[in-house]
Amino acid sequence: MPIERLGARVRSYVDLAGYGARFFARLCWLGVASLRRPRLVVDQIHFIGNYSLSIIVVSGMFVGFVLGLQGYYTLQRYGSAEALGLLVALSLVRELGPVVSALLFAGRAGTSLTAEIGLMKAGEQLSAMEMMAVDPLARVLAPRFAAAVLAMPILAAVFSAVGVLGGWLVGVQLIGVDTGAFWSQMQAGVDVFKDLGNGVIKSVVFGFICAFVAVFVGYEAKATPEGVSHATTTTVVASSLAVLGFDFILTALMFGSD
Amino acid sequence: MTRRPIDLLVGTFVLLGLAALLFLALKAGNMSSFSLSATYDARARFDNIGGLKVRAPVKSAGVVVGRVAAIVFDDKTYQAIVTMALDERYRFPKDTSAKILTSGLLGEQYIGLEAGGDAAMLAAGDTIKMTQSAVVLENLISQFLFSKAADGDKKP
Repeated sequence: MPIERLGARVRSYVDLAGYGARFFARLCWLGVASLRRPRLVVDQIHFIGNYSLSIIVVSGMFVGFVLGLQGYYTLQRYGSAEALGLLVALSLVRELGPVVSALLFAGRAGTSLTAEIGLMKAGEQLSAMEMMAVDPLARVLAPRFAAAVLAMPILAAVFSAVGVLGGWLVGVQLIGVDTGAFWSQMQAGVDVFKDLGNGVIKSVVFGFICAFVAVFVGYEAKATPEGVSHATTTTVVASSLAVLGFDFILTALMFGSD
Repeated sequence: MTRRPIDLLVGTFVLLGLAALLFLALKAGNMSSFSLSATYDARARFDNIGGLKVRAPVKSAGVVVGRVAAIVFDDKTYQAIVTMALDERYRFPKDTSAKILTSGLLGEQYIGLEAGGDAAMLAAGDTIKMTQSAVVLENLISQFLFSKAADGDKKP
């Protein structure tokens, strides 16, 4: 019966939402608790953060270059090429910095977390831990979750800073916009709390989203090679969509009023 | 707890993030323009403030001397009361006048102060008496059209 199947399907989604929420709350609690064993978290920050640095820096640089070129092309039509610095800084700090670095983070670090946890499950290492009365959630998942949540805002800040420098490099050094106007327009238009602060809040939220999706999908992966590969794909798709969706909601909440 | 080489790498990563935030706050943001010096409040009543916003600059002779702290509507006089936080270093005579001006053709609006000749200085909480409202483009155009129409009536 199609109705029954529909009902079962809806029920399973509601079930998943409840289970996911409970999992998230437990991860947050265990993540805070895992900070008491900093060695585990530091190892993971090194694995997640330091290794993502190269892709974040290079992408930020190129996004800044492109913003400089495209922004100049549009602004010079209105005779306001001096506002290039403002355009580059605002688009990076408010939008592109948190979002693009979250997407890159999901692809670079989220997949590796999912695959690692999925393979641990497939190799029955997680079950073995449970047999030894070690909670895999506290020992394996929580430090990775905490490390990803901590690393994300740092990566987003680096992305924005490098992007601004990239925009400066193209705008001032290559095209020849006045360097004083570039920085002063930027400083006049970018508010520390409203723009930069909200950008940081965004990147923290995205950190929670990416970390949770990666860890949850990895833990729930089917314990087969196909299951792990499927879970890795799911991580990229789900966290990218969640980041973009939440970005819209956050932007509407933060900047919608003016 | 023993130190490990990995600590150095992670420390570098964290410090890099802090440096990036600091760079954005100081170089790209307006953190450096926050004056930490003390301010005193002065008020002014305007018939129309146009598009003036809170935190808009207050300038005298083109130099930023303070910021707009608050804008409220007074339903007794139907005027806007603008509170300005002026830098403690700068003192203005009591008969200073305040105008709402626009930077450039389409730029943001700010308050321009023009010092008078009074010997007494503005104290905290004082009200500036002489004010000039923002120029509203629609009113300007309608005045222009009316004067044109009046000219047209005279001619034939």
